[in-house]
Amino acid sequence: MMSEAKILIYIDQFQGHALPTSWELFGAAQSIQAQMGGSVLAIALGSGSQAVAQEAFHYGAEQAFFCAASSLEDYRPEPYATQISKLAREQGVSVLLFPTTTRGRELASLCSIDLGSGVMPDAIALEVNDGRIVATRPVYAGKLLSKAVCQVDPQIITIRVRAFKAPAADASRSGSPISLDAAMSDAEILTRVEGYSAAQAGVSLTDASVIVSGGRGVSNNPSLTPPSGLDEKQAEVWRAQQGFNLIRDLASVLGGAVGASRAAVDAGYIPYEHQVGQTGKVVSPDLYIACGISGAIQHQAGMRSSKVIVAINKDAEAPIFKLARFGVVGDLFTLVPALTEAFRKRLGK
Amino acid sequence: MKSVVCIKQVPDSAAKVVVEGGQVTWGDAPLVLNPWDEYAVEAALVQNEAHGGEVIAISMGGESAKEALKTALAMGCHQAILISDAALVGADSQAIARVLAAAIKKIGDVDLAFFGRQAIDGDMGVTYAQTARLLGWPVLSYVSVIHEVDAAARKVKVERSIEEGRQIVESKLPAVLSVSKDIGEPRYPSFMGIRKASRAEIPTWSLSDLGIEPPASVVRWPEIMNPPTREITTEMISGESPQEIAEKLVEKILEEKVL
Amino acid sequence: MDFALTEEHLMVQKMVRDFAQKEVKPIIKEYDRKQEMAPHILPRMGELGILGICIPVRYGGQGMDYISLGLACEELEAVDSTLRVVMSVHMGLNSMGLLQWGSEEQKQRFLVPQARGEKIGCFGLTEPGAGSDVAGIQSSARRDGDSYVINGEKMWISLATKAHHCLWVARTNPNAPDPHDGLSAFMVELDRPGVTRGDIHGKLGVRAGSTGWISLQDVRIPAENRLGEEGEGFKIAMSCLDNGRYTVAAGATGLIRACLEASVAYALERKAFGREIAKFQLIQQKIAHMVKSYEAARLLYLRVGWMKNQGIRNTRETSLAKWFATDASFEAASEAIQIHGAYGYSDEYDVERYLRNSKGAVIYEGTSEIHQLIQAGYQLGLREDAPLRCELPAYQAEFWQS
Repeated sequence: MMSEAKILIYIDQFQGHALPTSWELFGAAQSIQAQMGGSVLAIALGSGSQAVAQEAFHYGAEQAFFCAASSLEDYRPEPYATQISKLAREQGVSVLLFPTTTRGRELASLCSIDLGSGVMPDAIALEVNDGRIVATRPVYAGKLLSKAVCQVDPQIITIRVRAFKAPAADASRSGSPISLDAAMSDAEILTRVEGYSAAQAGVSLTDASVIVSGGRGVSNNPSLTPPSGLDEKQAEVWRAQQGFNLIRDLASVLGGAVGASRAAVDAGYIPYEHQVGQTGKVVSPDLYIACGISGAIQHQAGMRSSKVIVAINKDAEAPIFKLARFGVVGDLFTLVPALTEAFRKRLGK
Repeated sequence: MKSVVCIKQVPDSAAKVVVEGGQVTWGDAPLVLNPWDEYAVEAALVQNEAHGGEVIAISMGGESAKEALKTALAMGCHQAILISDAALVGADSQAIARVLAAAIKKIGDVDLAFFGRQAIDGDMGVTYAQTARLLGWPVLSYVSVIHEVDAAARKVKVERSIEEGRQIVESKLPAVLSVSKDIGEPRYPSFMGIRKASRAEIPTWSLSDLGIEPPASVVRWPEIMNPPTREITTEMISGESPQEIAEKLVEKILEEKVL
Repeated sequence: MDFALTEEHLMVQKMVRDFAQKEVKPIIKEYDRKQEMAPHILPRMGELGILGICIPVRYGGQGMDYISLGLACEELEAVDSTLRVVMSVHMGLNSMGLLQWGSEEQKQRFLVPQARGEKIGCFGLTEPGAGSDVAGIQSSARRDGDSYVINGEKMWISLATKAHHCLWVARTNPNAPDPHDGLSAFMVELDRPGVTRGDIHGKLGVRAGSTGWISLQDVRIPAENRLGEEGEGFKIAMSCLDNGRYTVAAGATGLIRACLEASVAYALERKAFGREIAKFQLIQQKIAHMVKSYEAARLLYLRVGWMKNQGIRNTRETSLAKWFATDASFEAASEAIQIHGAYGYSDEYDVERYLRNSKGAVIYEGTSEIHQLIQAGYQLGLREDAPLRCELPAYQAEFWQS
């Protein structure tokens, strides 16, 4: 028997481009529909949201809403949450899905208060039990898994990046997105976005399907001579930057992102944005290549659910090899460039 | 300027955590101040050094959470308060948020409430935002840099780390801030701080002290499990030269269909 | 008898442990290989107040007690002996000597900047020709008006090239009937004309440290730099050693613990003959012995810390703690390598560094042989402690913290 349940998906977008993980939510919605039916609604907010809402039909949205009011031009949590909560209330939504992005998790939290419910963040699997969604989520840095159930509607869940596959986009599925009035005036909003600055150019770590990471070992290339005039620490950082250039080259050939261990970040070799680990980013790419990373527990917590892990380390006892599908014991300074070259030839780049 | 830092006591990140008989255990691993909260304390102390006033650390938990509060005192917080009540066992995030919001209101005249990004046991990362919403305060998350705080003009300007880089936001005070690691390495407790902290008497507030009824929880955790054991066969690749190894590895990776 | 550490002590222990584990452990192997001292160690230990941990606040220190010093040394050496050697010479042998014997003026001039970490202190007793035979030292100090002129060479001096002040023992009275009574102690600023110093490389252990020689050629120092009275040099040096040895005992305890932790971790992971080697009895025996050594060493040094806090003379107990802990750490390190097998023989693992470091402690601050003579001496009534003109002050929180 088809349930009337409405599943509202928040499509996270930045400057008019939906984050790819947003489409994965439609895969998550499908898995809910398979177990309890329901229809899928989508909402996108901000400048360019109309086109984003339009795209939602391709992935399975039956209705799509947007608001491109100027007060929503830049992401601000308060008006975005108010907008989503209003629609959720008006539509009597029983499931509210967000991607686990910086915006998604925060909006889920704010909406949960607006709607008198709770949040089940970072779900990696969904099942339905007695008509309620049971979300499986990692806890204790992924050392354990926990099931969570919300007793009231709407059931608000954030979905971990790459936990579900996005359905294939079907351009023949179409519709007219509905424009919403801004739920808050600009004057009511207590924050103002002053601007942006770019992170280091490249694929965002959490979205990347391929990540090449460097550890502290990346600074230890004995065959390099730093330019004169640098003190010890500067010379070390210089060497590390040369090492990370090799990592970057490999990532670039594979269309991937550059990651780093906590040790490399703490040593100042690379900004924190790149840190993979318990106190950095948790990633689950299809391919994770760890170079000069020993694989301490904290790092493992950040990448252990990668599909295929490759480790290159000169220490055969490095714990990372226990996680790796493929391992090479050797000098990363010769192996990484060789790998870059081999991929370049093989992939026809 | 008055700041509150909301902290939690959690098992040490290196603890071996397993489920036995349906319960989580971490053996004799110590309970520590949540690592993310150390950054929140640091951020609050840095602002305090610049603007004066006081920093109050609060924590919802059992009696042992006083140790985490003492760590915050030893780092330099001026006051610490434990919120504890039997009715709060098993409270979900939004219930906890209600308690924290009530405590912040009771403290009164708070300009900034600092949180760490998430607690490393539950890994929820939602309580700070829920607390902000309940207080009706703006929330600034993933704060990497606090550019300026003007208590008189009632505003704060921060830089947030988002997927696409950095967003610079100005907000009215009071506001809730959840900080990221870029905010600055947490200081060690000073020896003087250690002495003060060990002598400190930390008051406990119950729900009746806060003047609220026990908040209802809506999220339950029916089951906690050990993760499924993944059988990984590690294949070590070797060869006569880096080129040979690289070519072998490329083929193996392509066979896995991950590119 | 309360064997528990106070909350304060536990926090001190954690703070020093976190510093050593986070800031030194990741880089120490590299510096050990290079035989160089990491440049950030002394400034950071100064900044964090560790270099003045048990010196009263009024003398620039942190006002903690003597047990805190021991706990700190245990945590420091659990990462590398270099860190504890810094405490042994800067705090144990030099700063605490000033605390015990210095005039108010000398405390202001030397102790305050040392406790603040602004200046580094070292200890100049040992000479190329005189180690255990302290009475045989040849360095001379000749009174000349209101100065002394010092000549001599000291060797195996930790922090020789890093220190600003040296507590130097020299002979002021070559004609004393008992040569022990001809010695005096001085504070020498190492930037005075006539001072040369250099590093000694090629040591078996403490390679990430700085050990060297200092040579004084007609170095003129004001008479105000003399510590205590003329002829008290030997007594002063021996009481400095009571404090230095305490730090060595505490540190060696940390070294035993490091060996134990490394061995347990390795034994639980390494498999042979189809099971973890931890399941084999001969491995278990080694672990058991390390536990015994660690617990005993720990109790011995904590007792010394307690006695110092109480103001009770502790030469005998300190010597016992140092002898026991250092011998035990050498053995623990050797067995730790054995547990690691061939991997223990390589510097990929830390245990070979523990062994090389441990051997030094069995030699310096009184060889194990000297300590055996000391212990027999006390027991057989051949040796007795006469009260000193200046005793190490008992710890009093109010005096230390105001």
